[in-house]
Amino acid sequence: MITISAHNLSRNFGAHTAVREINLKLKRGEVLGFLGPNGAGKTTTMRMLTGNLAPSSGSVEICGVDLLDNPRDAKTHIGYLPETPPLYQELTVNEYLRFAAKLHRVSAINLLSVLDEVKLHCGLKDVGKYLIGSLSKGYRQRVGIAQAIIHNPDVVILDEPTVGLDPNQVREILSLIRELGAKHSVILSTHILPVVESVCNQIQIMHQGQLVFNDTLFGLKQKEINLEEMFAQLTLNNQTLGNP
Amino acid sequence: MIFIIAHKELKTLFASPLAWTLLALMQLVLAWIFLGRLDAFLEIQPQLLQIANPPGVTEIIAAPVFATAAVVFMMATPLLTMRLIAEERHNHTMTFLISAPISMTEIVLGKFLGLMIFFSAVITLVFMLSISLLAGSALDFGLLLSNTAGLILIAACFASLGLFMSCLTAQPAIAAAGALGALLVLWAIDITTNDIDNIAQDFSLLKHFENFNHGVIDTFDLVYFLLFTITFIVLSIRKLDGERLRG
Repeated sequence: MITISAHNLSRNFGAHTAVREINLKLKRGEVLGFLGPNGAGKTTTMRMLTGNLAPSSGSVEICGVDLLDNPRDAKTHIGYLPETPPLYQELTVNEYLRFAAKLHRVSAINLLSVLDEVKLHCGLKDVGKYLIGSLSKGYRQRVGIAQAIIHNPDVVILDEPTVGLDPNQVREILSLIRELGAKHSVILSTHILPVVESVCNQIQIMHQGQLVFNDTLFGLKQKEINLEEMFAQLTLNNQTLGNP
Repeated sequence: MIFIIAHKELKTLFASPLAWTLLALMQLVLAWIFLGRLDAFLEIQPQLLQIANPPGVTEIIAAPVFATAAVVFMMATPLLTMRLIAEERHNHTMTFLISAPISMTEIVLGKFLGLMIFFSAVITLVFMLSISLLAGSALDFGLLLSNTAGLILIAACFASLGLFMSCLTAQPAIAAAGALGALLVLWAIDITTNDIDNIAQDFSLLKHFENFNHGVIDTFDLVYFLLFTITFIVLSIRKLDGERLRG
């Protein structure tokens, strides 16, 4: 079942084209690694996929619901962790997650069990009563992920979830993402290649607003292509390869 | 959905010392004025007895307290409204609200409602202050209610204007300065045209409040307050929706 599909997604800022004709399709159980150098348009694309930014042209469908025509219904299927985790420093973890759950229409009856489950899942069991402002970076990142998955969305979109974490925390977050990938569709942006190789089964590379590479990790291994070399080749001389 | 946003607004507001400080300071100022007026009333009471139709305690004590409350609200509003949108942007939490299955209208109305509930708490305190006069005298409840209604309406105007200013920027301080500036201009219009029957006078919020303060509920004032509030709420929604389109 296709959970998220984008068709010819473009976005201009004035005369500058940040994203040009991006296409993507994702099924349940797939983890898409979204790669690209800084300023390639990854974040802009993710903001369009989550309804934070209207595309200049193109369309997005989430679980068969058009994001532009019916944003409220489409957004119930998305969980989004932006680059900077959107946290209220003055709330406790419990208060914040309860607010996130209510906003995403988790019913009052399920609220407590959902809250317990997501805290267990993200390793937040012991910090429920702490103020978010007093948590370390790694814990904040986990709270950010927790708010993105609390309503059990079909599509989870994570923008650079491993940035600024120590190696142990990175490993934990990656295993969490792998777990998520089993039941949901996950889109993950990063520029750390080993991360992609360890959790993703699909890879797309963006450069200067365009999709320059699109393949499965399996296909990549079969063709014996080294991801790092491929990345350098594609993003240094800006030529279009692959099968977009 | 609107109530969920309003609930969160109140929670974050009362989690910070700002709300408590403002509540305490407002109450201090208003209680001071109240006691001052009470003192003055007791002093002139013997003379009042000689007038045929003397003004009562509501007119002499409660009404001026409400008038002061309106000015105090004007000063306090920018501090409260600057948080609404500008701080959400500043802390990158606006994305969180926009990504949720909720419309801009609900976000804006929820925030407006949250602030109005806070103002209602202050207004209740002012009202209770006046009610305490019942211990020694009868009260003119008509005048008291028209004052309360006026204060709620003018607070709604202040809140909507501040909310709009908050939508224009990502810097809370600029949102506060903008709101204070706009409110002072609306006040100054009133001052410069004090005794001339000028059209500029019709734009002054406090001028419209004066009628409520005297116990007169004029449809012109009522409509002006409502239109003012609705206009700035609609402008806020349009501004935020437009941002999603333009980026």
